[in-house]
This record gives sequence, C-alpha cells and structure tokens, in this order.
Amino acid sequence: MPNVNWVALSVFVVLFGFITWLGFAAAHWRKGDLGQLHEWGLAGRRFGTLITWFLVGGDLYTAYTFIAVPALAFGAGAVAFFAVPYTIVVYPLLFLVFPRLWQVCHKHGYITAGDFVRGRYGNRWLALAITVTGIVATMPYIALQLVGLQVVIGGLGISGSGWVADLPLIVAFLILAAFTYSSGLRAPASIAIVKDILIYITALAAVIAIPVQLGGFGRIFAAVPHDKLLLAVPGQNSTGAYGAYATLALGSALALLLYPHSLTAIFSASSGRAIRRNAALLPGYSLMLGLLALVGFFALGAGVAGLPEFAAGFKQFGNNFAVPALFLHSFPDWFVGVAFAAIGIGALVPAAIMSIAAANLYTRNIHCEFINRNPTPRQEAQLAKWVSLIVKAGALVFILFVPTKYAIYLQLLGGIWIIQTLPAIVIGAYTRWLNDWALLVGWAVGTYAGTAMAISQDLKPAYPLKLGDWSLPGYTAFYTLILNLIVAAVLTLVLNWLSAGKPAADETVAADYHA
Amino acid sequence: MDDAEGRRGVRSAWSWWYLLFLVQFVAVLWPPFYNKVEPTLLGMPFFYWYQLACIVVAAVMTAIIYVITEK
Repeated sequence: MPNVNWVALSVFVVLFGFITWLGFAAAHWRKGDLGQLHEWGLAGRRFGTLITWFLVGGDLYTAYTFIAVPALAFGAGAVAFFAVPYTIVVYPLLFLVFPRLWQVCHKHGYITAGDFVRGRYGNRWLALAITVTGIVATMPYIALQLVGLQVVIGGLGISGSGWVADLPLIVAFLILAAFTYSSGLRAPASIAIVKDILIYITALAAVIAIPVQLGGFGRIFAAVPHDKLLLAVPGQNSTGAYGAYATLALGSALALLLYPHSLTAIFSASSGRAIRRNAALLPGYSLMLGLLALVGFFALGAGVAGLPEFAAGFKQFGNNFAVPALFLHSFPDWFVGVAFAAIGIGALVPAAIMSIAAANLYTRNIHCEFINRNPTPRQEAQLAKWVSLIVKAGALVFILFVPTKYAIYLQLLGGIWIIQTLPAIVIGAYTRWLNDWALLVGWAVGTYAGTAMAISQDLKPAYPLKLGDWSLPGYTAFYTLILNLIVAAVLTLVLNWLSAGKPAADETVAADYHA
Repeated sequence: MDDAEGRRGVRSAWSWWYLLFLVQFVAVLWPPFYNKVEPTLLGMPFFYWYQLACIVVAAVMTAIIYVITEK
C-alpha cells in the first residue's frame, strides 16, 4: 500500500480507538437495566436538553450528509443548497408536533411509531404498514452511512484487492455492532458528543482556512459555472427549478422526523420541554451543514478534480470524493486524520441509532404483535439486540456486494415511502378523525404512486407534474403525500357516511398529549 | 436537571405566537425572493448568504417563541 497517509491514518485510528472504548463504557452511563427494551433502545428516556442536542444532531446530520451535500454542490451547484431551507422548516415541526408525541408515548410506554399507531387507532394492520415502511426506509440509509466511511477510508490511501480492500470497513462495522449490542442507545449518545465536536472543528477550519488559501469567496464563486451559481429562472407556465427547490426542501423536512432513527432519538429525551428547546438549538447544525455545502464550491475553486493525485479517488467514488480530496489538498496530514475521523465516526452514530430503531420496530410491532404475544421484558430486549445485529449485517452485505448507486436509489425511494406515514403519525398526534382503514388505503396509494412516479423518472427526485397548461416539477414525495391525504380524507368521509368502518378503541385520551 | 425538566409544566393549548413560524416558511420556501447574486457579502452571492442568515434568524425566532409560550 504505497499511498497510505500514515500520519492521517494514525490520528484516525487513535480517535476510532477512543470512541470504541467510549461506546462500551457507555453501558454504565446513567445506569439502567439494559435487559429492558426502553433502557436499551431509548436509554430510559433520560436525556436532557444538552445530550438530546448532541444525539439528535449526530443522528440527523449524518456522515453521508456531510459527504453528499457538498458533492451535490460540487456537481450540480445551487440546487444543493436546498439542504438549508430543508433544515430550517423542519424545526417548527419538531417544536409543535413532537412534544405531543413524546408525551403520549411516555404516558403509554410506546417505544416506536408502530406502538403509537397501534394504540391510537387499534388497528394492527395499519401499525404493521407503518412499521414495515420504517424498517424498509431505514435499511438503505444504514448502508449509505457505510459509503461515507468507505470514502474516507479510501481517502486515507488504503486500497487493495478483494476482501482485503473491504477489511477496514468490516472492522469498523464489527466495532459498531458490538458496542450497540452491549450498550444500546447510550453508545451512540456518548459517541455523538465526540463526533459532533470533531465535526464542528473540521467545519470551522474548512470554512475559515480554505477560503483564505483560495483568495476569498469572490474568487471561489467566480470558479462556479454561471448556470450553476443560481437556480434556473422558470420559463412561462412553469414553476421550474423554484418549485422543485421548495418542494424538495419542504418534502424532505416533512419526511425527516418520521424516520425511525429520528423518532428513537427524540423519544429518548427526558421531556417535551427538552425537545422544544432543541428546536431552537439544533439549527446550530444546520448552519454547519450550510457552511459545509459551500465546501463543495471550495472544491471547485481549488480545482481538485483536475489534480492527478486524486484521479483514482474520483474514479472510484465520483463527486463524493470532492470533500476528502479538498481536505487532503488543503490541510496538514494530522488534521486530515481529525477531519476524516469526524466523518467516519459520524457514520457510526446514525448507523447505530438506525439499527436500534429498526430493531425496536421489529421487536415491538412485528414479533410481539404477530409471533410471540407475551414475551418477558428480558426476552423482548434480548430479541431487539439480536435484530440490531442482523440489520447491520444486512447493510454491510448490501454495501459490499451491491453497487453503491442502488443504495442511493433506495434511499431516495425511502424518503418517498416514509413520508406516507405522516397522516397516521403527525395528524394522529392531533386528531383521531381519520379512519384507520382510510389511512391504510391512503398509505398504499401514496406508496404505490410514489414508487411508480420515481421509477418513471429514472429515480430522479423531481416529478414533472402537469396541470392544464402548467408544468409543476416537484419532489415526488411531496406530491404523493398530498395524494395520500386526499385519499385518506375522502375515504374517511365515505366510511363515516356508510357508518361501516366502526372506529376501533383509541387507548389514548386528549389529556395524554399534554404534560 | 432532567427530573426538573420532566416535572415542570408544558402549556398545552394553541398559541397565536406559533404563527410566527410561518414567516420562516415563506422566507425560505419562496426562491424568487433570493435567487440572485447581488448584493454580495464578502464575495458570497446573495442566494447563499441570505439562506445562511435565515438559519440564524429562524433559530432566534424559535427561541423567542419558546420563551413566550413556555410561561
């Protein structure tokens, strides 16, 4: 391995060793009985404002985000900045809706969205649909975290052929699997603190030092091709790139908090108040993400794509190599180690939370609902631990044997699928008016239409909707959510009129949604 | 701190202050407002620095809404 950057690799390995120790030690942090699912899978709902900030931040702003958003800016320009409005509009939603959900879930001991829907609507099939959607949308997301890890490992100069090339990734994943198994949600929560500090240091260094090296923002933006500097102005009778940009931001925001890993992190907060405070504090991460999106332009300005030493990296990882290449180009070796460790560890935190969330869902809403109806708490927790291992092994096999682009496609589809759970979860947090069977049909229609629309566009996120003379390109997830809501509402009216679908028992009452 | 957070009250009802959130939505979801290069800030086109500034403004507004409604 002639190209290994030994200084960077040493820093990287030392930091990885530290978080490995931390992950196992976390089992003793705010000690609880890890033989109980709510202790293993939600850390006993004990996290205050500050830990929730680190945990949710480490969870939502993933390693893949930090690689992919700058890569999109590098390749496609202004449209990549949709990540900024996206992470602005998500927080009012967090502020208003999720404290209510937290309250009712705390009151009834719900651990997953499936638990809530089961209790609220008394319909196990609707709960199953929510659960399966959550698991299926999460799997490719875990796989994508591995892509982030792969890119920085490649950036360190580690290469080889056959299984040797994959060895570092496998080792990283074994570490992840082991500490998640033994410490549950406490592991990613403690590691998130280290990861977030490293990421903040890296982002600040990048946005301060690199523009100075490159001669200021004016020069950097001068290097951006003119047609990529701004959104294209829409033509006549079209909302064009504006509509696509806005619906992409809004749809992504509506989908984000419905992912099982988001809910798991939010539910582990100690109070609704901690969640609301975080709606004001989490934008700190949005600012960092916005600044990192600019790093994609820095990579253009530095012209890294044309440098011979990075040719192999770009060939293997495409635009995802833009940020690692820029860091290698601009930072001293030891700091490259810090920056890459930040991204690599940044992959482990969400991957751990996602696997825990998927395990909670399977255990609570499939196994305990359909297979073994009366497990002991200990059996329940043990099962979830095993499932978390299986989920991670599945993601690893996927990324080793299936081309990366399929993980990216599936993750795009995942956004379309997960948003279809919004009516049952978010509207369900306010009212039981929608009929449970109507919700199930709305979910099915939205999921089917979204999948078909995405495939018809070669899995591009925007769908060119036509209404009369108007062309309205927009995010498929957003359009199919509207379709889902219309179907659910109309069918509810019809079922109420027929008084056929008698609503099943709702085990929650209005007071459960407030403190 | 955690226990205190858990016990202390949460207001339950709707507050008209929540309508302030709409400002954030309109400000960033209407690209015609900000899809332009001028005025630049430190050489950064308006499109970029405006949206970054919106993050800070939105966070401050959320904090204000929190303080007002938490009473």
